[in-house]
Amino acid sequence: MTATIAVVTAGLSDPSSTRLLADQLGKAAVEALGQRGVDATLEVVELRPLAHALTDQLLTGFATGDLAAAEETLARADAVIAVTPVFSASYSGLFKTFFDVLEPGALDGTPVLVAATAGTARHSLVLEHALRPLFSHLHAVVVPTGVFAASEDWGGAAGTSQSAPASGLARRVTRAAGELAALVAERPRGARPDQFDRDLAAMGDFEELLKG
Amino acid sequence: MEYGIFTVGDVTTDPTTGRTPSEHERIKATVRIALKAEEIGLDVFATGEHHNPPFAAPANPPVLLAHLAAKTERIKLSTSTTLITTNDPVRIAQDYAYLQHLADGRMDLMLGRGNTGPVYPWFGKDIREGIPLAIENYALLHRLWREEDVDWQGKFRTPLQGFTSTPRPLDGTPPFVWHGSIRSPEIAEQAAYYGDGFFSNHIFWPAEHTARMIALYRARFEHYGHGKAEDAIVGLGGQVYLARTSQDAVREFRPYFDNAPVYGHGPSLEDFMAQTPLTVGSPQQAVERTLGFRAYAGSYARQLFLVDHAGLPLDAVLRQLDLLGEVVEELRKHDAAELVEPAETTSAAGTTERSTA
Repeated sequence: MTATIAVVTAGLSDPSSTRLLADQLGKAAVEALGQRGVDATLEVVELRPLAHALTDQLLTGFATGDLAAAEETLARADAVIAVTPVFSASYSGLFKTFFDVLEPGALDGTPVLVAATAGTARHSLVLEHALRPLFSHLHAVVVPTGVFAASEDWGGAAGTSQSAPASGLARRVTRAAGELAALVAERPRGARPDQFDRDLAAMGDFEELLKG
Repeated sequence: MEYGIFTVGDVTTDPTTGRTPSEHERIKATVRIALKAEEIGLDVFATGEHHNPPFAAPANPPVLLAHLAAKTERIKLSTSTTLITTNDPVRIAQDYAYLQHLADGRMDLMLGRGNTGPVYPWFGKDIREGIPLAIENYALLHRLWREEDVDWQGKFRTPLQGFTSTPRPLDGTPPFVWHGSIRSPEIAEQAAYYGDGFFSNHIFWPAEHTARMIALYRARFEHYGHGKAEDAIVGLGGQVYLARTSQDAVREFRPYFDNAPVYGHGPSLEDFMAQTPLTVGSPQQAVERTLGFRAYAGSYARQLFLVDHAGLPLDAVLRQLDLLGEVVEELRKHDAAELVEPAETTSAAGTTERSTA
């Protein structure tokens, strides 16, 4: 069995701690799926290069080029890892815009791991008051463990060797990835219809529509 | 194949001068544009229906179209669109039948739902019921033009008993109806069900969307027994700005594009041209682009261009129409060649007529 995990990262700098966290989560998810016999592939969607295209889509109503491909990647993915920096006590505007313009239904039932980075741990509840409700609204299935990394977390041990104990962050990454892997393994998904196909399927027989 | 123009009657400030036409100027300009469309030999002029600023399109298109019917000889008068959701279908039946008589049959109409939320409640309707309204209202309209004694009961209007819509359609032939929609498969299905025309105003959308809607309409048209899929009656929107050279066209149109009501301040003119059917260039470029629509729409029956929006002043629009006349003349040559070629091929293969003649 194979699976595709879309990793959305909204960090703006390079190197970005948001991207770093996204990479750790992606790697951990691939390992966790591997243990369940699922051969997982990561498709990373960096939002920074899509910023102009996202504004255009807000104004025109349609996606083009790399942005259209990124949205397609999410709609086809078996799971999503979504990572945002905290801006003004919430997800960044760029992060939100990407999910604002996704086709309705694109994430229906998709397992999602939410994660965020910030300069201080005082923002850690952003996962619960901003990200989780956003993905609930999108009818995604959010895994119980969200992963928040403040600046101080990056000083902790990675826990990759037997001798060094894993830091709190590394443990959370492993636990969240394990939860995501469990959902993916349980919910193999077929081809996902897009908006047009869903509208068509929902339409039914025209004679029935005529009856009102 | 019919060629024409369609307008939404927007009253927009000219971004190059900062001048906004009055409603009176815009309305008179619309009449002038329609007369010019006939002068340059276009087949169709279509007007939108609007009930709110910044538009000076008629709230009831037959008011404008009846005036134009009196001032023109040949051009067909149509709409883009008539709101099937918020208008009483009885009034549509009556007003357009009356127009049909005045215009000696030189008219048709395109039905649309309207996408402006606030308009619905002004007429006691709800935009969330847009599709059911379009389906029920058209079912009634369709009967009113075909039956003299209509008993009817529905969800959205007062029941009718033994009702006769007057005047009856000219020579007993109901006006031809197009159904316009960008994204709703129900409307393509509706057009197919009745064997009516389907119009895709794809000027703001990438071609893939348009292609799927048209393919659905064609397949369903055949399914409902109205003829072959390739003979289904498809219309397309288009948007052009023309100048002798593509450089001049881009330079002249850019300020209008950059500030346009729908897509302004978004993608660049170049990107939008690549992504949508917008053509800003020479007449030859417009010819080639328009011929390219057939690659995804198949051969189709009506092509309408938008030329008078985004604050372009009347004199600029009239110059556009002169150039559009050249474009259409060229497109008609292609159409004629296409009609002739298959026949010649058949003839050459079947007989020796051509070599002996």
